[in-house]
Amino acid sequence: MKFTVLQAGRVLFWIHRKTKEGPAEQPCSARNSMRLVRFLAKRLMHAAFVLIGLSILIFLIARVMPGNPARMAMGPRAPQWAIEKLEKQMYLDRPLPIQYFYWFKSAISGDFGDSLVTKRSVSEDIIEYFPASLELAIYAAVFMGIAGVVLGTVSGWFANTWIDNLVRVIAYIGIVTPSFVFAIFFVLIFSYWLELFPTIGRLSSGIDGPPVITGMVTLDALITGNPAAFWDGLKHIFLPAVSLAMGPMAQEARITRSSLADNAGKDFIAAERACGIPERTIMFKYLLKPSLIPTISIYGLDFASLMGNAFLIELIFNWPGLSRYGMNAILQKDLNAVIAAIMVFGVVFVIVNIAIDLAVERLDPRIRFRTGG
Amino acid sequence: MAVTRILTTGTAPNRGENARRNWYRFSRNPLSIIGLTMVILILILAVAAPIIAPHPPSAGKFLNFSMASRAPSAENWCGTDVFGRDILTRVLYGFRFSLMMVVVVLSLVVPVGVFFGLLAGYYRSTWIDTGIMRITDIFVSIPPLVLALAICAVLTPGVFNAMVAVSLMWWPWYTRMVYGVASSLRGEFFVQAAELTGAGKWHILFKEILPNCLSSILTKMSLDAGWVILIGASLSFVGLGAQAPTPDLGSMVAEGSKYLPDQWWISVFPAFGIMLVVLAFNLLGDGIRDMFGTERG
Repeated sequence: MKFTVLQAGRVLFWIHRKTKEGPAEQPCSARNSMRLVRFLAKRLMHAAFVLIGLSILIFLIARVMPGNPARMAMGPRAPQWAIEKLEKQMYLDRPLPIQYFYWFKSAISGDFGDSLVTKRSVSEDIIEYFPASLELAIYAAVFMGIAGVVLGTVSGWFANTWIDNLVRVIAYIGIVTPSFVFAIFFVLIFSYWLELFPTIGRLSSGIDGPPVITGMVTLDALITGNPAAFWDGLKHIFLPAVSLAMGPMAQEARITRSSLADNAGKDFIAAERACGIPERTIMFKYLLKPSLIPTISIYGLDFASLMGNAFLIELIFNWPGLSRYGMNAILQKDLNAVIAAIMVFGVVFVIVNIAIDLAVERLDPRIRFRTGG
Repeated sequence: MAVTRILTTGTAPNRGENARRNWYRFSRNPLSIIGLTMVILILILAVAAPIIAPHPPSAGKFLNFSMASRAPSAENWCGTDVFGRDILTRVLYGFRFSLMMVVVVLSLVVPVGVFFGLLAGYYRSTWIDTGIMRITDIFVSIPPLVLALAICAVLTPGVFNAMVAVSLMWWPWYTRMVYGVASSLRGEFFVQAAELTGAGKWHILFKEILPNCLSSILTKMSLDAGWVILIGASLSFVGLGAQAPTPDLGSMVAEGSKYLPDQWWISVFPAFGIMLVVLAFNLLGDGIRDMFGTERG
């Protein structure tokens, strides 16, 4: 079955048109699922547009660079005719829009050209390095979400006590400290002085890695039932993940705390208190849910800073992920690899944002029941 | 607001009164005052670095291996690096680059971003709005630091190019913010009144709408100052910002991290320097935000 990108776009557009607000006598649940599909179709179309725009932007940035990509690929001593031949192959002798067209055509089928540094196809490199980055991002994102919400809630529960102030100080430290500084402090304290965690890499040299299934060491170890590798992988991922998550976590804690404080003054809380509902129930059943909406909305921005900082953290911890690959490509001006790595980050970020919008929509009835979607 | 006040009391609020009221609101929070003091102190330290710094030659090309890698002492408060340069001096000079980064980036970004935001907001749901806002959509669809790194990739590393990279990726955020304010102001009576009296488009954009966006812009600028420093430090940490021997906080941390854990002071004190500057601007920014009563966020 051949399914081109153009067809996918057509299907999305068709869904979007077909799922317009149905007649009012439809049951509520059917209308809601209809809205969900429509919402998804709309977001996916938007995502496609944004990603194409991003690819044009990155492509332009890469092409304004002084210097001839063909010359860089062949090295300084290559003969002129060979360079001209490669230029023809890379369509460098054609105008920019046509160059972009050819790039786009091959990129759609997953071919981003060859890397100048590793001398392999960029897509192969990405497939190899991506799981490590994903693993790190998942650990960091989970840590930042849970720790941020817990800290914020604790701070709101004990509002205006020393616990609240302590959390506030922690949040300030988290916000003003760059992630690479956290990384260096943590390595200094926990690896060198306390010797609790390893400094770099994914696994200790003495331990056999689990067979590659997903490419994520801890998950693979879990699947194959290898507790030693799992424990070792966990120890290796702990410091990078925590240093990545500290800043965004502080942001989450602050937002949760302030939105708890805002909502605590609302009428519905006063009404519940007047009814004699215990404080604990009010807090965890009624107050926390609406207060988490801003926290989740800001999660997208926090995830963005997490992805950006991963470039530095993976470099510091020598983590064999896509960000370190991208960073090395940037430092060595390996443009095919830079473009591809950035497109992958763009796609991941767009997907995360759609997921966040869906989560907010689930939590916030005001958005869920707004007509039109 | 001014109009209703003239109508009800017959007097317009004068500048002095507004400033006093704003200062009162600002000074309610001791943290804001601490932030302001810290920012002023850092400014003084940065400007007067050649006079204050204990060992000015350390800021440039300077070698003195007899003094190399000294731990913090009474003579070198923050120790010396592997070339025998005084770290405290270099941190003080590093403040200069951080502050310069803030000034240059914000003065490039704010006019451009605000202009496009005003335009898109005022001409809402026309092709101008669509064009501008779709372009900003593209810029915000990628994590800011990643985009800055990518732009740096094609430029030669250096302080100026790092500033260009950060500016290129930053303007859409101002556009989006001003767009929100401007598009909601568009329907206000004072804008309609100006339109009815036949005021020019530029008058409406810059004299009617812009002054009402200023509090949001100022708040964002003061909160962004810290972020600019963080991003700048990140760029120079990976070697895409200031080049050696320029004393830049980010590259000093990177340089020092090679000598961990024995010579921890080489990287730890510049790191504290970054935290201090960013903290100062963040406290100040929070104070300004509370002063204008802008939405938390």
